[in-house]
Amino acid sequence: MRNAFAEEITRLGADDPRVVLLSGDIGNKLFDRFREQAPDRFLNCGVAEANMMGVAAGMALSGLRPVVYTITPFTTTRCYEQVRVDVCYHRVPVVIVGTGAGLSYAELGPTHHSCEDLAIMRVLPEMTVFAPCDAVELRLGLRAALAHDGPVYMRIGKRGEPVVHAAEPAFALGRAITVKSGDTVCLISTGNIMPVALEAARLLAGQGVSARVESFHTVKPLDGERLQEVFARCTVVATVEEHGRAGGLGGSVAEWLAEASPVRARLLCFGTSDEFMHETGSQDYARRRLGLDAETIARRVLAAVSTR
Amino acid sequence: MSHPQAPSAPADPRGLDLLCRTLRGRIIETSHRTQTPHLGSCLSCVDILVAAYFAVLRLDPNAPQDAGRDRFILSKGHAAPALFQVLAERGFYPLSRLDSYGEDGSVFAEHPPAPRFLPGIEAATGSLGHGLPIGVGMALAGRINKASYRVYALLSDGECNEGTVWEAALMASARGLDRLAVVIDYNKWQATGRSDEIMALRPLAEKWRAFGWSTCEVDGHDLAAITRRLSEVPDGSGRPVAIVAHTVKGRGVSFMEDDNNWHYRIPTREEVERAKVELGVAG
Repeated sequence: MRNAFAEEITRLGADDPRVVLLSGDIGNKLFDRFREQAPDRFLNCGVAEANMMGVAAGMALSGLRPVVYTITPFTTTRCYEQVRVDVCYHRVPVVIVGTGAGLSYAELGPTHHSCEDLAIMRVLPEMTVFAPCDAVELRLGLRAALAHDGPVYMRIGKRGEPVVHAAEPAFALGRAITVKSGDTVCLISTGNIMPVALEAARLLAGQGVSARVESFHTVKPLDGERLQEVFARCTVVATVEEHGRAGGLGGSVAEWLAEASPVRARLLCFGTSDEFMHETGSQDYARRRLGLDAETIARRVLAAVSTR
Repeated sequence: MSHPQAPSAPADPRGLDLLCRTLRGRIIETSHRTQTPHLGSCLSCVDILVAAYFAVLRLDPNAPQDAGRDRFILSKGHAAPALFQVLAERGFYPLSRLDSYGEDGSVFAEHPPAPRFLPGIEAATGSLGHGLPIGVGMALAGRINKASYRVYALLSDGECNEGTVWEAALMASARGLDRLAVVIDYNKWQATGRSDEIMALRPLAEKWRAFGWSTCEVDGHDLAAITRRLSEVPDGSGRPVAIVAHTVKGRGVSFMEDDNNWHYRIPTREEVERAKVELGVAG
């Protein structure tokens, strides 16, 4: 996803002289083409993310369209007050990009994990929260984010994520995309863990359970219409995210459900638990360790279906 | 100006000394009426604000969003009661708008709101350490857009406790942002004690110098000196400008000067009257 981001921002930066790319001393080679194309609009802001976020707000207040890029914890928790005050309260069009969604940097340890970002970003007024499932959604979402008249947080993966969408789907921030149709179960996924949700759906099909899969690339604003539909049609709806169960997509859907008129389906939430994962390992290991693998998801969904 | 000129007032062809005294009177009056604190912090920067808005900044109050305007950020947002008076006097909104000060639903409270809520405000501040990074962004945008406006950020000395001030100082210096200036209202106090004792602030000017800023020190109550320094941006050095303005907290009222109780204290009616007499703006 990083490469797709670099390509797309380079393209968008060529079309729009207001686009400025701010990096927190990472992605040097990644943005070489952007730098060659617009040297005055690429700024390595150093390892000073709180300042970088304020700088971005000041640029946006002056008519530019800044895009801030570094590893997820450093564009969120590291500079949260600047995001809240400088970006959100000023309601300026800053696109905040966090690379290394969820457990993408599992082997780097908890300092580089991000299983709280969706939660803390979505509670900020004015903020849109976007987590593309693949490079296709990333490109579409980045274009939409730069056209949006307010702050957007984009949580993207690392590299090597499989492509989910064979062709460009119809896209709007806040509108879920049906990735696979199905009747009994609906897996609602956000971000880079989509391939796991699709594999879980395949495993469920093998057990005779038809599972629909929805890409909720936008966690805020939440697509209530789509939720209404799937909760009315299915018997089990499960959220799948590489993020804590508290406050992310699952939390958002649970909040929605608490105020929704009576629905048919039961909600399950798959996400990381209330702990820092200190053991090192690959992203796949981390997912298995935290119950975010396709087998575990399929097994638990199947159990829920059978009790309905 | 309907207020009487104090007999001892020095020659002041532009009337700015009288304006400073008048505004100090209004700020003290408003603090009493609306129970708004931070009087000491407001009074220490009145002369800097007046010099900036009445003698230096290139702006048009009738076009507050003009792309070419000079930007002034009150990073020490708790001095908003002073800024609100200055902006009204400068014509961004009528003085009568300040009648709603402190009322429920009013935009005038203790800190500057986001710019879309009040003309003349460049950045919402109140949490310290935010104004300079935003100012760096504005100065960089000016360079990218090939504009010639200048950006000023007024910081308190206590605010220099915040790490983001120094992050921004490093970046502005690396980028040679010579159309950016920081003014430190160095009144030697912060909320609960001496600013040099709570954190190792001294030597403050040397710190800015070491960070690569073209640095000077000035009497923060000398209107002519402040005006000159603020006008010399850019100053030809190719570097951002730091103006360390030595000030007195509570300036202008004998029983408030250098007394940190006035960081939070609200004056009584009787104290308001005494202050106005001292300022030569009673009646």
